Amino acid sequence: MTDYSKKLSKTAQSISPSGIRKFFDILDDMDDVTSLTVGQPDFATPWHIREAAIDALSAGKTYYTSNAGLTPLREEISKYVKRRFSLDYGKDEIITTVGGSEAIDLAMRALIDPGDEVIIPVPSFVCYGPIARLAGGVPVYVDLDEKDGFTLTPEKLERAITPKTKLLVLPFPNNPTGSVMRLPELEKIADIIEKKDIFVLSDEIYAELTYKGRHVSIASLDGMRERTIIASGFSKAYAMTGWRLGYTLAPREISVQMLKIHQYAIMCAPTASQYAGIEALCAGDEDIEYMKAEYDRRRLYIVNCLRSAGFECYEPLGAFYVFPNISKYGLDSESFCSRLLYENKVAIVPGTAFGSCGEGFARISYAYSVKHISSAVEKLADFANKIKNERKL
Amino acid sequence: MDILLEMLEKDARLTPEQIAIMTQKDEGDIKAAIDSYESRGVILGYKALVNWDKTEREYISAIIELKVTPQRDRGFEKIAEKIYNYPEVKSLYLMSGAYDFQVILEGKTLREVAQFVASKLAPIDGVISTATHFVLKKYKDNGCVFKVPEKDERINSI
Repeated sequence: MTDYSKKLSKTAQSISPSGIRKFFDILDDMDDVTSLTVGQPDFATPWHIREAAIDALSAGKTYYTSNAGLTPLREEISKYVKRRFSLDYGKDEIITTVGGSEAIDLAMRALIDPGDEVIIPVPSFVCYGPIARLAGGVPVYVDLDEKDGFTLTPEKLERAITPKTKLLVLPFPNNPTGSVMRLPELEKIADIIEKKDIFVLSDEIYAELTYKGRHVSIASLDGMRERTIIASGFSKAYAMTGWRLGYTLAPREISVQMLKIHQYAIMCAPTASQYAGIEALCAGDEDIEYMKAEYDRRRLYIVNCLRSAGFECYEPLGAFYVFPNISKYGLDSESFCSRLLYENKVAIVPGTAFGSCGEGFARISYAYSVKHISSAVEKLADFANKIKNERKL
Repeated sequence: MDILLEMLEKDARLTPEQIAIMTQKDEGDIKAAIDSYESRGVILGYKALVNWDKTEREYISAIIELKVTPQRDRGFEKIAEKIYNYPEVKSLYLMSGAYDFQVILEGKTLREVAQFVASKLAPIDGVISTATHFVLKKYKDNGCVFKVPEKDERINSI
């Protein structure tokens, strides 16, 4: 018998699987659960975008594209980021990737040498730490606080920086907290980045879902373009999660290194998806506005419902999640969520799935119809009342 | 408040309270706006979109093209009024192009509809000709596709 534990990569083995999987497996086996767990849009990809991919396939566009992606696609990405976020990137500074996830991977692998520290604000999406470690880096987690609206403060950043720090991950608009970072907050972060001579990986996959004002990319601040890699994609803006289409935006010197990694590991993003991407960028601005307006109304609705039901819940200004504080119910996040699931058949994600500092919180997705949200929050409120009575709170 | 109309056109079951929350307006103002839209005939009604094919009810609909001679002074209005007052007439449009009125009729049976065209529509003063087209199947009506809602196939993910 082969003792795999001795043979398999120590690094791979040391990475723990996403802790939430067990919870989701239980959930998958249950009937009649009203779920608020989904981390993707509830819209189907707009038809004209789907049609562009069908047309591409009909026309026999079934071959690899160039590694960086179709030239017209990169030209359209260039125009799009200029039009919507005032960012200047030429087509040679853009690589189309297999979703935003690959973009994150490329950025880390292009920048990190063994032992380099990567600062990761948490709660945040779960991939940054493992990807940093696979690249030989050392994740340094920075706990964000509810009182700061879950933004990264300059004080917290400065405390986390050491001589080994190479990269800061800036995951805003944030999954799971829904927090965003506005210009004045970013300016303070940018000063430190420049002073300490480190790089930024700005994960802007939710950029289009920013409410009460537009998303500002840190790369648009003075002096920051040269030390920023933006990872973004089509999944959230155009409801295209299954297409696996994303991109990196980075200065030529960095892009050259990332392109080599992409070339050997991936080849190119799916061709039909790239054609769909061109259509999305050329004719999809209205789709974005439509979906964003829908999410915004649901956002206001769910926050109001949760607050009326007695939950403490700061106003999220990005993505499609709310992150209520459930600590007053006296249960840890996981117990709260699993009892809610078993007893009242509502599924939400414990905050701890996004790092231990998510303790006392839960992530609720509002990528659902108003009717669904309404009925789920009613059940959630019933459960909260039951816990209150139980514990005589 | 166009957004209010857009929201209600999409989902007439939204309550004034829900709309008020979602648009960050006062619930009283929303109620007042709805009242005003109703009294001015901007909002004409609220209905369920029913796919009768999935029920036991016998049902057929037809589109009838009418050519007419407009009447002196009142043009098409007098004829239109005669047509739309029949409860069997579900919709009536004045059209550009090869014919003048498009009538959408609903009846229990093919015979009933044919009878209605022959005995009620065709004899109206000014009607020159009728062409009746029966609907075989409805795929989409009022923006709704006639199919069973799909199961949410999205996987649980973070």
